[in-house]
Amino acid sequence: MRRLRAGDESAFAELVNAYHPSMVRLAQTFVPSRAVAEEVVQDTWLAVLKGIDNFEGRSSLKTWIFHILANRARSTGAREQRTVPVDPGDEGSVDRRRFDEGGTWSDPPAHWSDQIIEKLSSGPLLAQVQAALFELPEGQRAVVTLRDLDGLSSKEVCDVLGISEANQRVLLHRGRSRIRAIFEDEVAKR
Amino acid sequence: MKLLSLRHDIVCREAVELVTDYLEGKLSRRDTRAFEAHLGACDGCEEYLRQIKATIEILGRVQPEDLAPETRQGLMELYREFRGN
Repeated sequence: MRRLRAGDESAFAELVNAYHPSMVRLAQTFVPSRAVAEEVVQDTWLAVLKGIDNFEGRSSLKTWIFHILANRARSTGAREQRTVPVDPGDEGSVDRRRFDEGGTWSDPPAHWSDQIIEKLSSGPLLAQVQAALFELPEGQRAVVTLRDLDGLSSKEVCDVLGISEANQRVLLHRGRSRIRAIFEDEVAKR
Repeated sequence: MKLLSLRHDIVCREAVELVTDYLEGKLSRRDTRAFEAHLGACDGCEEYLRQIKATIEILGRVQPEDLAPETRQGLMELYREFRGN
């Protein structure tokens, strides 16, 4: 950060290398296209350069940059009037029909062998993982992306998105549950 | 997903809703014990937790697209323009 303030070009290049790809991925959660996401990220870099002298260091530099990005991407997304997927509400992590009246599994999950897991995380199926992410409502997708794809802590995710820890946990829970269900369908098809 | 007041044993339908709080270490000691006791006796829920953990691991392998050289170049030009040289 000191180097960035001092106008060290290589410091900026390092930041771009480290964060730009993840930033585009996060921006895509809120805006309708890759091209718009790239624009939002570029605007964010400009805002970072303009704001760096006033950055107080209360959060990490990364959290600060991603927070600027999330705000910009959200307002751009709203302007572009992307139809926001309706949050399904509290419908449960698993299809209710898979439990009996007492709440015990009547249709329990089939065992995933190590080979199945290996397959799910290999090349062609990884593309389907991305597709599964696109099926999530944007709040869930943003939280899952930051937590599980980018490896941010729950505190960092709360700071980036401006949400409470409890809300973060609900979105994470719903998002992960739905992705698991999508994987399960995928496994059953094979 | 708020903590259930567990005055009874957990059933599977409840256990699947506690998984994230459990993994985040946000269950009370009592709820953690009840959750683990249920898993110890329930193959379906044990598998479910395993699948959630596998899901997290698989998601962690998804890399963002590489930064295109022309994008990097464009950003460096933006930087120089901003710094005014």
